[in-house]
Amino acid sequence: MKVLVIDTGTSNLASMLAALKRVSLTPEVITTPERIERADRVVLPGVGAFGAGMRRLHDMGMAPPVFARIEAGRPLLAVCLGLQLLCDASTESPGVTGLGVLPATVERFEVAEIVPQLGWNKVKADEGCALLQDGYAYYANSYCLREVPEGWSAAHTHHGERFVAAVERGPVLATQFHPELSGAWGHELMARWGASC
Amino acid sequence: MLTTRILPCLDVDGGRVVKGVKFQGLRDAGDPVERAVAYEAQGADELVMLDVSATPQGRGNATDTVARVRAELRIPLTVGGGVRTDADAERLLKAGADKVAVNTAAVLDPSFLSRMAERYGSQCTVLSLDAAERDGGWELVIKSGHERTGKDAVQWAREAAELGAGEIVLTSWDRDGTRSGYDLELMRAISSAVRIPVVASGGAAHAQHLVEAAKAGASALLIASILHDGDTTVGELKDALATAGLEVRR
Repeated sequence: MKVLVIDTGTSNLASMLAALKRVSLTPEVITTPERIERADRVVLPGVGAFGAGMRRLHDMGMAPPVFARIEAGRPLLAVCLGLQLLCDASTESPGVTGLGVLPATVERFEVAEIVPQLGWNKVKADEGCALLQDGYAYYANSYCLREVPEGWSAAHTHHGERFVAAVERGPVLATQFHPELSGAWGHELMARWGASC
Repeated sequence: MLTTRILPCLDVDGGRVVKGVKFQGLRDAGDPVERAVAYEAQGADELVMLDVSATPQGRGNATDTVARVRAELRIPLTVGGGVRTDADAERLLKAGADKVAVNTAAVLDPSFLSRMAERYGSQCTVLSLDAAERDGGWELVIKSGHERTGKDAVQWAREAAELGAGEIVLTSWDRDGTRSGYDLELMRAISSAVRIPVVASGGAAHAQHLVEAAKAGASALLIASILHDGDTTVGELKDALATAGLEVRR
């Protein structure tokens, strides 16, 4: 099955593409918005700063169709900065408006001694999760989501403080960690998302 | 809480894994993809691949090797060795590296680190730092240990973190490949000088060496010959770290 991968100008696109192929999906990198709303599956990857990420989405005309797609409950996987872009805003880039799918503001880690959080940390899935399970995942982030938006199921973890590791609503999955780099556990999560509808 | 990571390191020349003692006397240690997959299965948290090619042909092969490893590997991949220009970094990232380690080029032009951090993010920008003991301190060495710089290693670590490096792979030039243990004083000095993760490299012979380095401040332990020679496995090393009270991913 084909999956459209939005080219957010990220550095590890190759890892995402390789991981999608390993779960028998056929990734295609896109820079134009036309097919986003109706595609079977879409991936919104992302590393880097919130402001630059939103600017890139707007420049490509991607913001409205990504928003519409999520509201319609069509399969989408957002990773790392991708999750943060779904929120209203981030203290990383004051004044920049996010996609607003998740009514929350992303904030910098305040307690942890080592920032960015770079490495493997736990994932603890709350009751009600269908895709997310307990395990360890690979993270690379300095900012995090602290509260679970209404209507979403979530997994949590700790880095100095408790934060949201991932949220899901039907076949829409947004992870702060990198499932494409999270070993066998991440592979299985991506396979479950690849089969979700 | 972040786990203590174990990072097997493949030194690659002309598409084969090699490992030297004090950066010399290279020995063949197998196919990079086979080794990478085997170490992931043993529980490796990330893989580091260093291009130690002596020739331009070998260097060209390195990009292919990265792509071949990426297709199979499901954990993060750091690639370093011979990264001289922005184009080198971009080529390796496109081939499938998640992080690029820079050594000599960053010493010669520190703005290399800030450009990488700006463009790809700090999580992608790794400083590879080789240090040699000098009266009461550590001197930064470059060009695979062949050239001393006169620069203080701890000061350079601080500078690099400020420039945007997101992680430091710290190699003790005196210990690399000797199996006499990591330089713990060096690890304490560097890890207390910066707030980014520091990876201990060079000198591990057995699990106790890894435990000591983690307790001295290392966020991760880089190992090569003890794995390549089959003396131990990542799983056994993680058992030992867990027994010593360190959290590991199992």
